[in-house]
Amino acid sequence: MYRYDQFDQRLVDERVAQFREQVARRLAGELSEDEFKPLRLMNGVYLQLHAYMLRVSIPYGLLSSKQMRMLAHIARTYDRDYGHFTTRQNVQFNWPKLEDLPDILADLASVEMHAIQTSGNSFRNTTADQYAGVAADEVEDSRVYAEIIRQWSTLHPEFSFLPRKFKIAVTASPRDRTAVWFHDIGVIMRRNENGEAGFEILAGGGQGRTPMIGKTVGKFVPKKHLLSYLEAIMRVYNMLGRRDNLFKARIKILVHETGIDEFRRLVDEEWERIKDGYLDLPQAEIDRITAHFRPPAYEKLPHVPPEFERKRNEDKDFDHWVTVNTAAHKRPGYAIVNLSLKPVGVPPGDMTSAQMDAVADLADRYSFGEMRVTHEQNLTFADVRKTDLYALWRELTKLNLATANVGLMGDIICCPGLDYCALANARSIPVAQRISRRFQDLKRQHDIGPLRLKMSGCINACGHHHVGHIGILGVDRKGEEYYQITLGGSADENASIGDILGPAFPSDKVVDAVETLVDTYIDIRTNGETFLETYRRVGKEPFKERLYAAA
Amino acid sequence: MTLHIITGNRLTDGVVVFLANDGGWTESLTGSRVIDGDDELAQMKALADAAAKAAIVVEPYPIDVTRDGGDIRPVRYRERIRAYGPSIHPDFAKQAGMPVAGG
Repeated sequence: MYRYDQFDQRLVDERVAQFREQVARRLAGELSEDEFKPLRLMNGVYLQLHAYMLRVSIPYGLLSSKQMRMLAHIARTYDRDYGHFTTRQNVQFNWPKLEDLPDILADLASVEMHAIQTSGNSFRNTTADQYAGVAADEVEDSRVYAEIIRQWSTLHPEFSFLPRKFKIAVTASPRDRTAVWFHDIGVIMRRNENGEAGFEILAGGGQGRTPMIGKTVGKFVPKKHLLSYLEAIMRVYNMLGRRDNLFKARIKILVHETGIDEFRRLVDEEWERIKDGYLDLPQAEIDRITAHFRPPAYEKLPHVPPEFERKRNEDKDFDHWVTVNTAAHKRPGYAIVNLSLKPVGVPPGDMTSAQMDAVADLADRYSFGEMRVTHEQNLTFADVRKTDLYALWRELTKLNLATANVGLMGDIICCPGLDYCALANARSIPVAQRISRRFQDLKRQHDIGPLRLKMSGCINACGHHHVGHIGILGVDRKGEEYYQITLGGSADENASIGDILGPAFPSDKVVDAVETLVDTYIDIRTNGETFLETYRRVGKEPFKERLYAAA
Repeated sequence: MTLHIITGNRLTDGVVVFLANDGGWTESLTGSRVIDGDDELAQMKALADAAAKAAIVVEPYPIDVTRDGGDIRPVRYRERIRAYGPSIHPDFAKQAGMPVAGG
């Protein structure tokens, strides 16, 4: 993985020292909250309902075991013994004390981590495919370009005060696992007709109160021009993006109001002026970054080791977990393993310090000491020998991290909602917990098949409800929590935004409503058809009729 | 007449606190000062603003409550969750003998 050089380390250390002073001045009453708030937000410190909250950046979700142990240490020492992994592949601590935050950030800096640009109108954490570098179907390792973008976008002097926050995702696989079409900028690595690798660049995707699918700005941008092209987009946005209305300030509104053709013309005009300049990426620089992501020392292994097959035949639970929670690796004899952070009834994405420590040990033993946080709030071990899968599965089972539900009904994306968040209108975690319990039978989940359920506690859509096959949005209706259901959203390469079905449901009816929708699908699906395929075939009417007839 | 209490987050650790009968700040609803009437509300708001200036609490504001015997209960469920703790963590419940859930 990328390791800090002396400049990176110095920058992070100096920021900790600066923030320590600022916190001291605030605690001494020398700074008011109005004065201090922007300073703390620049260091990832929010004030939520019950306490301060610290959001720590995990660049493209990649974590070493050493870093994971530090997160465990922080959870145990300064917090309430757990952390929460987010859809931005970051981690949040819900209970830090302001007076401890400088020490927490110093601890993070000691393992090359920080909380810079996890808030504010700046570039946020660039996310990437959790299977990058090992996916059988990828063009190249997208972490290289995610890292290049991270370096370019960190404390970029020209873009430190954008009209609004800005999120970039990078993928290099035809099967999208990053929700790339729903980012301010989406970077998709592709090959052109000559077989050269380059990038399709999307802009103007997003969720929130105005969900939009990203539009292609650059059809094929050669590698060396990646940064100048991104810079050109940012210049157009920084100059023309609206600053008069918070809700219209994201780039999606600019692209929509300008029109994609005119927006592209503006970008190209700017790009002509700055390309072939200092932002060019020489091959030597690409090679330097690539060296940080050199493949680990793989062994030469048979594609399907006989003892692995034997274990699958002997143990049906293991076999089921392999089918659902592992994915094809580009090297023979290796597998990609997904650790479900969605055991039945647990808040999605939460992990205790004991689990973090144990997972760090397992990563050392079975996956070259590294892991990835996924935007679906799970963890991935990228490089596990198939012959180790049985032992790993048994260890994960003990830790309650081997629920065979990845990509199924129980694998719910869920924002913190009103149990923690100052912006939320309704709680989301308790609803996720009830759905998770209602559908806890894994055989039933397997029979239902791929189904992405995503839930947010307010219109800001941190829980990605717009792109859930089933989406749930919590709203406040005259002082009561209500839940609006959407169907047919999709975050993958066939991106779509969910349709609102009808009137919202009160909290005690929403789980039944979800079950009615699932049962309707089961009744009308044709052989082998997924929930989303059925929905796309029949539309919302059959679901709506059944749902509201029952109500 | 609507009853109020004043709430904010304690500066040092962000914990939810309420203006208390003795003019200090308490985590307990039971010990909070119930305010009845506009004059008293204005007076207490001034006291709370002074506490914010003195770096004791962050952004204090009044909330509506009801009083049932000795129990003081915030009207809005958002404020109930703030007062009682996250509904998903009964282990973090803050008000003895009070329901954890906001609803």
